[in-house]
Amino acid sequence: MPLLDARAVQGGYGGMNILNGVDMAIEADEIGVIVGPNGAGKSTMLKAIFGLLNVTGGDIFLHGKPIQNLAPNRLVELGMGFVPQEHNVFPSLTVKENLEMGAFLKPSSSRRMLARIYEFFPPLYEKRHQPAGELSGGQRQMVAMGRALMAEPKLLLLDEPTAGLSPKYMNEIFDRVKEINGAGVGVLMVEQNARQALAIADRGFVLAAGQNRFTDTGQALLADPDVARSFLGG
Amino acid sequence: MNELVFFINNVVIAGSVTGSIYAIGAVGITLVFSIMRFAHFAHADMMTFGAFMVLLLTTLFPQAGQAIGVPTAIVMLPLAIVLTALLAVIIDRTFYRPLRAHGVKPIVMVIASLGVTLILQGLIRLFAGTGGQSLYVDDRKEIFRLALPIEGVRMPVVITEPQLYLFALTILAVIGLHFFLSRTRLGKAMRAMSDNPDLARASGINTNMIVAVTWMLVGGLAAIAGTLLAMDVTFKPDLSFHILLPIFAAAIVGGVGQPFGAIAGGFVVGFAETLAVFNWSVLLRPFRDNLPTWLELPGNLAFVGTEYKIVVPFFILVAILVWRPTGIFKGKVI
Repeated sequence: MPLLDARAVQGGYGGMNILNGVDMAIEADEIGVIVGPNGAGKSTMLKAIFGLLNVTGGDIFLHGKPIQNLAPNRLVELGMGFVPQEHNVFPSLTVKENLEMGAFLKPSSSRRMLARIYEFFPPLYEKRHQPAGELSGGQRQMVAMGRALMAEPKLLLLDEPTAGLSPKYMNEIFDRVKEINGAGVGVLMVEQNARQALAIADRGFVLAAGQNRFTDTGQALLADPDVARSFLGG
Repeated sequence: MNELVFFINNVVIAGSVTGSIYAIGAVGITLVFSIMRFAHFAHADMMTFGAFMVLLLTTLFPQAGQAIGVPTAIVMLPLAIVLTALLAVIIDRTFYRPLRAHGVKPIVMVIASLGVTLILQGLIRLFAGTGGQSLYVDDRKEIFRLALPIEGVRMPVVITEPQLYLFALTILAVIGLHFFLSRTRLGKAMRAMSDNPDLARASGINTNMIVAVTWMLVGGLAAIAGTLLAMDVTFKPDLSFHILLPIFAAAIVGGVGQPFGAIAGGFVVGFAETLAVFNWSVLLRPFRDNLPTWLELPGNLAFVGTEYKIVVPFFILVAILVWRPTGIFKGKVI
């Protein structure tokens, strides 16, 4: 049974459809990467999966259980974590408090998970008493990912985790994503750095105009001349 | 030296009393704004409701406090806090939540809260009448006159029993609030929701529950502020309504959305009001003999007359907004 199985998903904002029947499935131990041009509906698809916008058609299953249009806090309970692209930390809360909020529904495991997150992102331990709003972009992204991981999700949704980061941090985040996946967490992420992201992807989804254009393994998509010409800049 | 005692009585004590009440009131305003992003005009009438509950309970059981030696009103306060917290949640469920569900603009919520103000005022007048009533039904309001052990000082420092309770409860409320917001899971979740409601939801925080907790806290604090104000003077149905605007000024001066800013703002506004109406001529009287003869000391040297006290908070408000638009503690911009 796939971890996430989305079939013919339709949805959008204010009655206007952005997603026109998108299919997307990943297994429990896989990294899925969504790429495509601006306005293709990449982030919208993540938001649709996480219940942040109204799904008007199609089905979404998590471990075989229908989840479309469930409230985000229910989805967190069911094992989904979401890291938005922007405004993904609580700026006035300290790093530690930010992470604690991730474990809001599981306060009993908060302490154990905090230790693991600090181990995973050592810079966060040093800054744990600092307000998250004062951190650099890369460190904020770590806080945001740490916050989502605190709830021990089975599926982590990342919306452009490397947007606006320096190459050094970008590589760091990609390495972390691989490690998170190595620990048994399924990852589905939207990425602008398509080549780098597809290189670590088990599944790649190329979207355009709210529809699937190509779906294959990351390597196969990278090798496909059609994909390269249309979506990866030659 | 008598002039100094006069200063203590009329500025230090009076300012702390006004400041404490403004502070507790402003915290409620700021908490509602930080969680629900609207200016809650019915806050003052929630304060009156709390005081009215105390009045009702004290009238029913006037001797309840005598057994343990505290005013009955103080004994009834915890119950009034619970009842006002309940009222706040009911008001939210009945009036504000349906509007929130429609995603209305903040101004609609503000107007709705004005409606709630009128409802509450009407109901309280209906049951309590329009006159003043003392919360000391069967108790005597103790007035402490502390003679200073300094030679030549004839005037005592005067402080009343409700004022002492007010100071004690203000300190307790501030410490309690700090502990709640910085140490407890719910308090941190409240701050998180104030920072970023969408991310709070994405973290699994049940924002409806946080809203309910906020109203309970706001109602409870309103009951404390309203009761202590009514104990200090007398209960009247429009007593708290008359300080609604200074309380808003305090919340804005402190930085909207910042609970500790609201406390600071409360004291800034409270002391500014007291200092503005204080007759400074009294302090100059001891130096009368040293003044040049052409300078005649006028009898009254207050900045504004007592009847114009209400303009002082607005003067400070405008000054602070010009000098630092987000308030002392860098709050949100309304």
